Amino acid sequence: MEFSEHIKTANVEDVVLRRPFYQPTKGTLCVTGHHLIFSNRGGDSARPFLLLLRNIDAIEKSVENLLGYSRLFSSTGQSQRPSVSSGTITLKCKDLCVLQLDIPGMEECLNIASSIESLSSLETVSEMYPFFYRPPFLSLQDQWGLSSTEQHYAQMKEIHDGWRVSQVNRDYSVSPSYPPAVIVPHSIDDETLVKAARFRQGGRFPVLCYYHRETGTVIMRSSQPLSGANRKRCREDELLLQAVIDGSELGYIIDTRSSQQAQQARMTGGGFESKSCYRGWKRLHRQLEKGKVLQESLIKLVEACGDQSHSVDRWLSKLENSKWLSHVQTALSTAGLVAECVERDGHSVLVHGSEGTDTSLLVSSLAQLILDPDSRTLAGFLGLLEREWVQAGHPFQQRCAHSAYSHVRLRHEAPVFVLLLDCVWQLARQFPLAMGFSEPLLLRLAKEVYASDYGTFLCNSDQER
Amino acid sequence: MFNRNVENVRLIDTVTSRRASVGTLYLTATHTIFVENETEILTETWVLHSLVFSVEKQASTTTGCPLLVRCKNFQVLQFVIPQERDCHDVHVSLLHLSRPEHYEELYCFSYNANSDREDRRKAWDFINLKAEYSRMGLPNHLWKLTPANHHYKVSDTYPADLYVPKSATPPVIMGSSKFRSRGRFPTLSYYYKENHAAICRSSQPLSGFSARCLEDEQMLEAIVRSNPRSDFMYVVDTRPKLNAMANRAAGKGYENEDNYSNIKFHFVGIENIHVMRNSLQKMLEVSEAHFPSMSYFLEGLESSGWLKHIKAVVDAGVFITKAIAEEGISVLVHCSDGWDRTAQVCSVASVLLDPYYRTLKGLMVLIERDWVSFGHKFSHRNNHLNGDPKEVSPVIDQFLECVWQLSEQFPCAFEYNERFLITIHHHVYSCQYGNFIGNNQKERTELGLQEKTHSLWTYLWKNRTDYINPLYRPDHSQTQGVLRPLTAPYCFKFWGALYNRFDRGIHPRQSVMEYLMAIREETQQLEEQLASHEMKILNVEKQQKKSVNLETNMFDRSPAVWASPPSNSSVGLANTPGDYSGLGGFLKSPYQQKEPENSLLILPWPQELRKPTDPDLSTNGDDQESGIAGLSCLSPPNEESAKDPDSDETAYSAA
Repeated sequence: MEFSEHIKTANVEDVVLRRPFYQPTKGTLCVTGHHLIFSNRGGDSARPFLLLLRNIDAIEKSVENLLGYSRLFSSTGQSQRPSVSSGTITLKCKDLCVLQLDIPGMEECLNIASSIESLSSLETVSEMYPFFYRPPFLSLQDQWGLSSTEQHYAQMKEIHDGWRVSQVNRDYSVSPSYPPAVIVPHSIDDETLVKAARFRQGGRFPVLCYYHRETGTVIMRSSQPLSGANRKRCREDELLLQAVIDGSELGYIIDTRSSQQAQQARMTGGGFESKSCYRGWKRLHRQLEKGKVLQESLIKLVEACGDQSHSVDRWLSKLENSKWLSHVQTALSTAGLVAECVERDGHSVLVHGSEGTDTSLLVSSLAQLILDPDSRTLAGFLGLLEREWVQAGHPFQQRCAHSAYSHVRLRHEAPVFVLLLDCVWQLARQFPLAMGFSEPLLLRLAKEVYASDYGTFLCNSDQER
Repeated sequence: MFNRNVENVRLIDTVTSRRASVGTLYLTATHTIFVENETEILTETWVLHSLVFSVEKQASTTTGCPLLVRCKNFQVLQFVIPQERDCHDVHVSLLHLSRPEHYEELYCFSYNANSDREDRRKAWDFINLKAEYSRMGLPNHLWKLTPANHHYKVSDTYPADLYVPKSATPPVIMGSSKFRSRGRFPTLSYYYKENHAAICRSSQPLSGFSARCLEDEQMLEAIVRSNPRSDFMYVVDTRPKLNAMANRAAGKGYENEDNYSNIKFHFVGIENIHVMRNSLQKMLEVSEAHFPSMSYFLEGLESSGWLKHIKAVVDAGVFITKAIAEEGISVLVHCSDGWDRTAQVCSVASVLLDPYYRTLKGLMVLIERDWVSFGHKFSHRNNHLNGDPKEVSPVIDQFLECVWQLSEQFPCAFEYNERFLITIHHHVYSCQYGNFIGNNQKERTELGLQEKTHSLWTYLWKNRTDYINPLYRPDHSQTQGVLRPLTAPYCFKFWGALYNRFDRGIHPRQSVMEYLMAIREETQQLEEQLASHEMKILNVEKQQKKSVNLETNMFDRSPAVWASPPSNSSVGLANTPGDYSGLGGFLKSPYQQKEPENSLLILPWPQELRKPTDPDLSTNGDDQESGIAGLSCLSPPNEESAKDPDSDETAYSAA
């Protein structure tokens, strides 16, 4: 399908653009396959304003073509040209920016609105802008990404005795959402891994994500075991976990669901590690919200921030009502718990929720940030995100299809990654000298996951990419 | 009076509520002192009696009798005293000691009482309000100093020196003061030089339902006329409209726009002192909670209403700032008596309008002018004496918090830091200095505070390095002129550094501010060192000139001047560490020629070793003998080699 089919009106003159922190400007609006381009020729800003259509979350339009209304509106400061119909499009972006376009001519306005609507919700990955974007300073032959499992393994010389890199998933047959290479205990062969993977949802068997040098303990993550209603067991999975705590007497399993939720999961084939089968592992439950609850929380938060009614009480009650900060608090305290287990008690930890692609990643990456100074440098942090989120199979495309303004019915959207960024920001507030990066990086990341020129956050897993 | 110590007292850590330290509790005339006797290093906790807000004896348990001491600076101490009798004694004594009946019992009268009288007077002159008014450009052709209130005849709560419009005659002042609560007639608080607009303040008019006063109307007219570019003025009543209406029934009230020509009336809606007192109590309950959930904290903060009140004060300040700076319209501010909300609003507006009040000295002057001199009732509001608990209210606390909220929005605009505000807050209650004792200027003069007590401002000024904001950029365009803060609800934050001052566990673990201050201090030390080194070099150079003159011949004749020392002029300019290496090379070169067996190569000083921080690093003076060892290392320090008599001798002998 050609982009041009969606574009009914490509160019409109005399459009007024209003955006926060800027004076309203008049210029020409142009719709292309991926962008909205606004330029005011002869104006002081030489660079045209570019907006990725993918970034648009919601679009609202209002059309005026009655003469009587124009007088009404002139009192509120709207520049209405008499006897000419016109319309206003409000664009609410996924990076939470709100733009307003005043477009002369009702037909043009409606055309542009419908073009934007259809172009911004294209679902085919290969039609998205990163496939067309060629930054002048990068070529496709260059190395893609900053960190890989192999590099990560090579950096940690201490673990080479006890751990190895397994290529068991090289054709993505064992786990479609895992990267081709993972780090596992040395004593476990690939065959055992394949069997253990069958016992875990999505084939996400326990893999190493962090090794703590001081205590020699590790953080692992996985998905839930498929023990089901009749308490199935898997010899290989138990072996794998036993190999992890080999030598020390105790390990902790941090389940990011409440124990009630874990019990319920058994009805649908999921479950948890029972005490009798996994000797030496102690299970702790910490309930982290995800999915729809989190998305609704963000929607409420953004609504509270956009509320123009000036009362502190209302703001605080809306903030409280959104529960967003409670989610931040739980995520951070759970990560703190993991860090304490590893650092203070010297026990290894396995983190999992149900699928192991959302809250488990959140907790494991935050715990690494707390424990490891290297991951708090700029390169280390980006490497961490790449390993723990991009390669570990956080379904970015599903989770970030829409943001807080969208009226579309929710499917898989959940701002887990945004929650991570908020948690990192909170950490940076408490330890302002500990982070090798600053707030703008986090803001930029929050924008890039939703709409980007780059392909890093496209798709749901390594395999699709 | 009880005056002894109690042993085996346990002090419970209120944050973790687990750890307790055992020690001895001493009660002295001025302090409660707890000395821990377990640790190797003596840990002492001192609490001024005047800072004690409440003492509460709780039901005794098997371990002893708990005593809860709450302080006005938000410190909470929980003691457990083994014997109930002792606990009772301590309780009674503390209650007595923390609520003195007379001013003379306050700590400031005994604090450092034997210092030099002359020094003390000079210290009090540090903040001079006359100088402040002339800084604003007063008196001038529009405003004059009136002697009306000398000897506090017109209003006993006003200062003696007051500024009024030039056209306001004594009868007008007298008449107007009779029509205002406590005789507090409209007078000048701040004068904006740029456009002649002024912030004036007063108390409410005694208008009741219909009363009028010609002189008061003339007074306001005179204020309008003293601002030549405008033809009207704003009258800002900082109370909620309902409160102002209720006052009318008591024969007070607010200005009727029909009676006063050329005024625009405006309500702001800041709540009264009783609401504020309760609000603070509620907020403190929230801040004291152990391990609160996020919902509890946010709900509690909301229901306390504290931030709403702070916002109301800032909003009022912003309104006045707009009127003065943007519209050029004068403003008269009043509340009921004109010493609480009026002081808050006027001073917030001053901070927004004038960069001077964002400096250390400026804030001192501002507090001295709008609060101390205009009769904010410090002793009543801050509970210095055993008085009416209904008079207590955190009014100046709110002002300090407003300044803090602004400094959070404009981190580069304020010369002082958070610690300065917290220290002022502490001493407003501590009664250690005489500045905030009493309720008005008249009372203060009668108490002879300037003769008998010390001034806080000189103490703060002496220690000002602690209070400087390292981010302060007076030349930045955003910090110059008028501040225009955002007042959206989310701009107002909970001030944990003040309200949880003593809960060490919950503060950020690292402070950028302290880090920057340390760097600043280090830089300063380095600069001083650098200066002293430069001086030394200059001296050395002078001494060296003689020997250089002697050596010139040798230089010129020698065919191998390959070491090519830098010219003499660059030596004189040596002001970076890098330049010293050249100097070193210059000084060394003669020896090189004459002592080839040592073959000392003069390499440029390696970049990473050029550390002016550490002068010891370069004291490697003995490498003349061990040429190889010093090869890639440091060249000998210039001054030492120059002073070294042996090397000089060799040079001479060589020549």
